[in-house]
Amino acid sequence: MSPELGNFALALACCLAGAQAVLPLIGAQRRDPRLMAMAPALAVGQLLALLTSFACLVNAAIGDDFSVQNVAANSAVAKPLLYKITGVWGNHEGSVLLWALILGICGGAVGLFGRNLPSALRARVIAVLGGVSAGFLLFCLTTSNPFDRVWPAPLDGQGMNPLLQDPGLAFHPPILYTGYVGFAVPFAFAIAALIEGRVDAAWGRWVRPWAVAAWCFLTCGIALGSWWSYYVLGWGGYWFWDPVENASLIPWLTGTALVHSAIVVEKREALKIWTVLLAIGTFSFSLSGTFLVRSGILNSVHAFANDPARGVFILGLLALVIGGSLLLFAIRAPALTAGGMFAPVSREGLLVLNNILLCSICAVVLTGTMYPPFMSLLFGKTISVGKPFFDATAAPLAIPLLAFMGFGPMMPWKRAQFWPVLRRLWWAGILTAAAFALAAWRIRDILPLLAATFAVWVIAGSAADIAERIRLFRMPLGQSLHRARLLPRAALGAALAHAGVGVSVLGLAAMSQAAHKIVEVRVGQTEMLAGDAWTLTDVHAAPGPNYTSLIATIEVRHDGRLVTVLHPSKRTFASQNQTTTEVAIHTNLLSDLYGVLGDRHGTDADPTYVLRLHYNPLAPWMWLGGLIMAMGGVLSLSDRRMRVGAPRRARLAGLVAAR
Amino acid sequence: MTRKSRRLWLACACLLGLGSATALTLNAFSSNIVFFMAPSQIHAKPPAPDRTVRLGGMVVAGSVRRQTVGETPVALFDVTDGQAAVTVRYEGILPDLFREGQSVVAIGTASPDGTFRASEVLAKHDETYMPKEVAEALRRSGKWDPRYGKAPDAASWDTMTVRDARKDAAGPQQQHGS
Repeated sequence: MSPELGNFALALACCLAGAQAVLPLIGAQRRDPRLMAMAPALAVGQLLALLTSFACLVNAAIGDDFSVQNVAANSAVAKPLLYKITGVWGNHEGSVLLWALILGICGGAVGLFGRNLPSALRARVIAVLGGVSAGFLLFCLTTSNPFDRVWPAPLDGQGMNPLLQDPGLAFHPPILYTGYVGFAVPFAFAIAALIEGRVDAAWGRWVRPWAVAAWCFLTCGIALGSWWSYYVLGWGGYWFWDPVENASLIPWLTGTALVHSAIVVEKREALKIWTVLLAIGTFSFSLSGTFLVRSGILNSVHAFANDPARGVFILGLLALVIGGSLLLFAIRAPALTAGGMFAPVSREGLLVLNNILLCSICAVVLTGTMYPPFMSLLFGKTISVGKPFFDATAAPLAIPLLAFMGFGPMMPWKRAQFWPVLRRLWWAGILTAAAFALAAWRIRDILPLLAATFAVWVIAGSAADIAERIRLFRMPLGQSLHRARLLPRAALGAALAHAGVGVSVLGLAAMSQAAHKIVEVRVGQTEMLAGDAWTLTDVHAAPGPNYTSLIATIEVRHDGRLVTVLHPSKRTFASQNQTTTEVAIHTNLLSDLYGVLGDRHGTDADPTYVLRLHYNPLAPWMWLGGLIMAMGGVLSLSDRRMRVGAPRRARLAGLVAAR
Repeated sequence: MTRKSRRLWLACACLLGLGSATALTLNAFSSNIVFFMAPSQIHAKPPAPDRTVRLGGMVVAGSVRRQTVGETPVALFDVTDGQAAVTVRYEGILPDLFREGQSVVAIGTASPDGTFRASEVLAKHDETYMPKEVAEALRRSGKWDPRYGKAPDAASWDTMTVRDARKDAAGPQQQHGS
């Protein structure tokens, strides 16, 4: 019964989304307040229907209802409860439903929290969100319905890929999807502005909180995904430049550019057309990222089963959303009044530079990702580009970005000079020079060396920005602290997010110095790696809930003192006849000791074990930096100016005049 | 500064950014693109020893040999596309999903002595999964067409292959009947 209810709720949500796409738009055009007022109600109604539908699917998964095809294919009685719930979005159908649910939440949030928006703008924004939602709900209902029944119902499900049975992966998709889908709101604002023919400072101020919120989720999602591949896949790697990873990085890059260019719109009423284009581009990349990858066009580990009907539907939908919005942009953008120009040496000048560099990085990542499929489509050649390509292209563009990031926030608006700003950064400069000397002693390659140096520059620059604002050491400490309390949270958040980038880059640069060793040893044998002695002391078998595992014990000693005991293991899942590797990691936040148990060789009387041992300096900093970036975003979201006061348009008469 | 010169500055900055991105991309494409090759292609036209390629095919059943050099474990196995076989040498832990008689992709360089030195071995997904590029190579070699059902059983496939590989080395290749 409950799957039918879920199916009905899904269909209802689709109908509501259709109404939400059309009625408020007509209302806004005819200035009919009743039709416009329907927008928030319809958005909330759609959200409730989707919540019901999702709850029904979760209920079917928890209750082991194997007559639902999706549950039968992806779940099993013996699976732990947590993974029964998270398994709901671990497959194609469920993940499309989750995607639609998050889009519904975004629409509902605009409906509930957007009360201070002008009613016409709010109606249009919600209508655009409804249109996108209707398209994807239709896709969900017609080609990938999660509530399809199977007859006869099997006694037990086929189970879930053991690799996916992991708490890190359980929460990675919802966070990442929230990031992807969150950019639908800036997109809807951009489309609404194009329909209205008007972008001004207030628009920049309304868009920015949504963009920052989506950006925070996307940052966390990417960091979580990278951490997952680090500790689950057991390769000691953290980023593989796999198409799926790139698909999340590309919207992150343009989204970061969007967050910055919206500041220029808000403060200086410049870069308006560009910001609209960025908002459209970011959501288009999010969309094509999630769905091109899943349609199997890009060769990827994440591709779900290939189904031509789905592929055609998705391509049509993408063409409609992306092509339609770009067409609207081409027609309406000339009607937007061009923004003011500004001096190259100024805060806004550096923000433009930030946008150019971020978009250049985005362009090379996009080229590297799309070139292989195009070559195979057009010329039948099978090629691939990997880490060396991206290292050689993205890193040289990222380093100037870091260099400008160190002092960008200290530049005054409108007109500035480099020298006074750099003079105030003298101690950051000394710190950076010291970091360069220290890094040059350990790091031999030029790119990681420069990255590490400029990462320190960014962190020191962010600290200097705050120290300068509160006049640290130039006033009595009490007064400085008082100033710190009065400091706008947005400024603190920006400095924190920039420092987070520095922390991440330091981690990435230090990881170029990681050491690893693959050895075949007997129990009791000792290996030396990075100054530590690793001894395999024991290997034994132990049963688990739905697997059996082989657990090794490795003692790591430094100068005879016990540092840690690692327990890497191998799990064999009988139901899928599959083995997974459980990595053991010991971290002290400055470095990770990472041990992997490999195959067992030799005779039963005299077994030998293959071990892979890694020493990863500063590895946790890569993800810690991501977390700090997201915290910076949240801090700046809590700024009063982001929420109240601002959303009052200066000249309401302009609304009509623009048309 | 006039409005015109500011515009000029903006255009120059954009050109510089995109120009350097293009230059970096083209430069990286010339040296960092990895081509996919089937074993028969490696036999026919061995790539330069410093060129990284992806080698894909089926692991010949019974061909996996393990040695230890010093304390480093080394795995040797043959990869075939049904027309030729190449011996792959890999130092490290083979992935969990690596099986004899199943598809594999090895990334590395072809050394002059005829073996392939892999720096990475990929065996993805479950046992029924086959990388697209391997399936394509098998189809081209005429050994298996994905349209006609599952890949042939590992056992039949290997006897066929090893003999073919030898024949291939000895003289011109014979076509099998369709």
